[in-house]
Amino acid sequence: MGKLLEIKDLSVGLPLPAGLLHAVRGASIGLDRGEALGIVGESGSGKSMTALALMRLLPQRAVQGGSITFDGVDLGTLSDAQFSQGFLGHRIAMIFQEPMTSLNPVYTIGRQLTEGAVRYGGYSEAAARKRALALLDRVGIPDPVARLSQYPHQLSGGQRQRVMIAMALMLEPELLIADEPTTALDVTVQAQILDLLAGLRREMGMAMILITHDLAVVAEQSDRVAVMYGGEVIEEGEAQAVMAEPAHPYTQALLSAIPRMDGPPRQLGAIPGTVPSLLSPPKGCVFAPRCAYVRAECVAARPPLLGDSAHSRLCILTDAERPARAPAAPIRADHVMGKQDVPVIDGRDITQVFTSRKGMFGPKHTIRAVDGVSLTLKRGETLALVGESGSGKSTLARIMLGLALPTSGTVEMLGRPVADLLPLERAALVQPIFQDPYSSLNPRRTLAEIIARPLTLRGTDDTATIATKTREAMEMVRLPSRLLHSYPSQLSGGQRQRVAIARALVTRPQALVCDEPTSALDVSVQAQILNLLTELQAELGLSCLVITHDMAVVHQVADRVAVMLGGRLVEEGTCDAVLRSPSNEYTARLLAAAPQFRPEVSGVQETFA
Amino acid sequence: MTQTDAFTFDAPEEAEPMSPGQLMRRRALNHTGFLIGSGIIVTLALIAIFAPLIAPHDPFVQSLSSRMLPPVWDPAGSWDHLLGTDQNGRDYLSRLIYGTRVSISIGLGAATVGLLIGVTLGVVAGYFGGWVDHAVSFALTAQLALPGLLLAMALVFIIGPSIWVVIGIIGVLHWTYYLVVTRAATQRLRNLDFVAAATASGATPRQVIWHEILPNLIPQIIVIFTFELGIAILAEASLSFLGVGIQPPTPSWGLMIAEGKQAMFYRPWLVVLPGLSLFTLVIGANLMGDGLRDITAPEGRN
Repeated sequence: MGKLLEIKDLSVGLPLPAGLLHAVRGASIGLDRGEALGIVGESGSGKSMTALALMRLLPQRAVQGGSITFDGVDLGTLSDAQFSQGFLGHRIAMIFQEPMTSLNPVYTIGRQLTEGAVRYGGYSEAAARKRALALLDRVGIPDPVARLSQYPHQLSGGQRQRVMIAMALMLEPELLIADEPTTALDVTVQAQILDLLAGLRREMGMAMILITHDLAVVAEQSDRVAVMYGGEVIEEGEAQAVMAEPAHPYTQALLSAIPRMDGPPRQLGAIPGTVPSLLSPPKGCVFAPRCAYVRAECVAARPPLLGDSAHSRLCILTDAERPARAPAAPIRADHVMGKQDVPVIDGRDITQVFTSRKGMFGPKHTIRAVDGVSLTLKRGETLALVGESGSGKSTLARIMLGLALPTSGTVEMLGRPVADLLPLERAALVQPIFQDPYSSLNPRRTLAEIIARPLTLRGTDDTATIATKTREAMEMVRLPSRLLHSYPSQLSGGQRQRVAIARALVTRPQALVCDEPTSALDVSVQAQILNLLTELQAELGLSCLVITHDMAVVHQVADRVAVMLGGRLVEEGTCDAVLRSPSNEYTARLLAAAPQFRPEVSGVQETFA
Repeated sequence: MTQTDAFTFDAPEEAEPMSPGQLMRRRALNHTGFLIGSGIIVTLALIAIFAPLIAPHDPFVQSLSSRMLPPVWDPAGSWDHLLGTDQNGRDYLSRLIYGTRVSISIGLGAATVGLLIGVTLGVVAGYFGGWVDHAVSFALTAQLALPGLLLAMALVFIIGPSIWVVIGIIGVLHWTYYLVVTRAATQRLRNLDFVAAATASGATPRQVIWHEILPNLIPQIIVIFTFELGIAILAEASLSFLGVGIQPPTPSWGLMIAEGKQAMFYRPWLVVLPGLSLFTLVIGANLMGDGLRDITAPEGRN
């Protein structure tokens, strides 16, 4: 029997005003019945486009080439009507990244679950309802009978994703495509959803394509892995083999860019340069401009496909030629060495209550976002504040920044109450770095204006000094000065985050408050930014409060950790102590839920021993 | 997204990138709509400024012997009065040329008055929220509930017609679009991180509004400005047509249409010519506005 799914030489082009964007080029992927394939890649690698091509969900103007064969049927020969009658839902189903927007808010859960099954699946109303109830129960939604008559806004994000999964499984598809199914969810929920998908797959004998940027998720959840870069599948093979002995330099670099929880924190392997333009695909290897082992042949011609069906890659390097991976240098011998005990920001008994009213005369509604938290950031240390969405960590960060005054409690900066500080004095002490580099820079200002703005506001320097300091700050974050007059829209996400860091550091503050500084970035860019922050901190003696949900990031950067749950601090201690032996049950759960990357092959483990 | 990657990757290190000014000029020259629109507006503005030099006749001199002469393309027309004459024997072309002055100054003036009121209220309401927002929203609802033209007529009637009064009244009655759009945009902008970053750098609300928020509102404001420019010109025409706008003998396109309407069926050019002029001016303003929005947005969208 042939493979369930055979994608051959798939290419997808999107016409843009600037030319044809080659989103996918010559991608070939095969999938057996019941097999789980992970497609990994950074943003813009073409992984989602591949899935959309499979589901016929590409934008209308997209140009598609190559062939997709599903269970012996060439899908290219089918009309749209035949495809949706015979395949969509019945045999191929898909779940999307954003559970908040993939359900229609004006219809009940029950209607959305059963509609497709009744109209296309030949189910009667009653049978569809019965199946929906059974599935809701299976995906772990309590009280399914009541849920059927509820609307999407009455469910949490995790529950909505469960409903989406149930909906995809209504007609028992043979192939389930999950496009970043857990990226928008909290860590603990993410783990539950992934386990649920794995369980369902085994029970129903379903094949699955899991599209994600998270290598750890792929390593845990799939049999085979396809690594995509610049629209091409550059490495493909059995998950264990690819993760343990990556053969393509890109995969190697990507793996070394992931912060790991085992061993002491090490310098992350950052890939130089940025993702290539897919408007004018290169003649040679797509990774050549950023490859550490690049040769003349790489640029001149397409690299050969080496290896066998168990593990293949698009690279000129043979097994013998491939350099061995050198262990990276640890960045700190000891987490708490040489730190002073002077508090830079000292928050005591902070409580923040939000009051809202429905309409002008409606009843008052109060939420205690932060409840009696005391937190001290000491000079020179990195304190990680960990918690899931809704735990109050971002509210606490705003208060520690002095941007908001708490309902009760005090914040002192270098011994002075923040309420007594003038805005400019406060600005000289502490600066923020935000999560989303796309909204943290004013789109109508050039980089020079953005970075110089804090100096202009302070008004103590003349124009020439401001220009010099701006250039120094650009250099500090390794941004080329030719970008000085660019607008943020001309930069990539990582470059924007560098600009945000330069703006925060241009006035030389004592402390930084970083709110999820890397969670909007790709793995390789996250590595660049985390390395940069670590270096700058050592160089400038900064104190950092890092807010994050990612335990690996905590392990990478933090000296001390504070864990928040429901507005309260449930655990606080040194990084080693908390991560190795958490005393609180919630911290333990967070740690257990974080997808971790554990290579099984001994050769690699030695380097991290 | 991919376009931005293209920029950062493709630009060779040694090449000097184009300055924002150069880029803007290039976008402007490639934008057909903008070129046509600004061509119309510049031409009309020049006509308005140099009206005394261009006009072949004095627009106020009446000549009862040559009333309602047809334009030159009519068999009965003459080259002396290119576009004929009106009911009082005044040269129609000269009156149209002088009428440009009235229409353009009322359009610009009223749209500016509305802009000042609407944008100020919109930004303040959107930025501060709370009771300020409630108060402004109440003013908006009140304004929307009033019949505009009727109110304008009443006000002009009470205060007394003059070009300044007409500009003022039309402006004061046309700020709602500015308010609605800038308020919503400000509410969105003020929650973005770059506003928080500015606040964290010690910026006062005033500095945040001027430096961070207003520049981001410019594309929307330009579009509404050109839209309101057209509306204001038409409002003036309506008021003049109804007899409470510009007073005769000042030449205004609206007034000319009003005066020509009795003879509309057998001397159609009396209505068609000022109507066409109005149409051209409004279209020109809108084309230029859309173009300006496209070329000033550094995001380069569209």
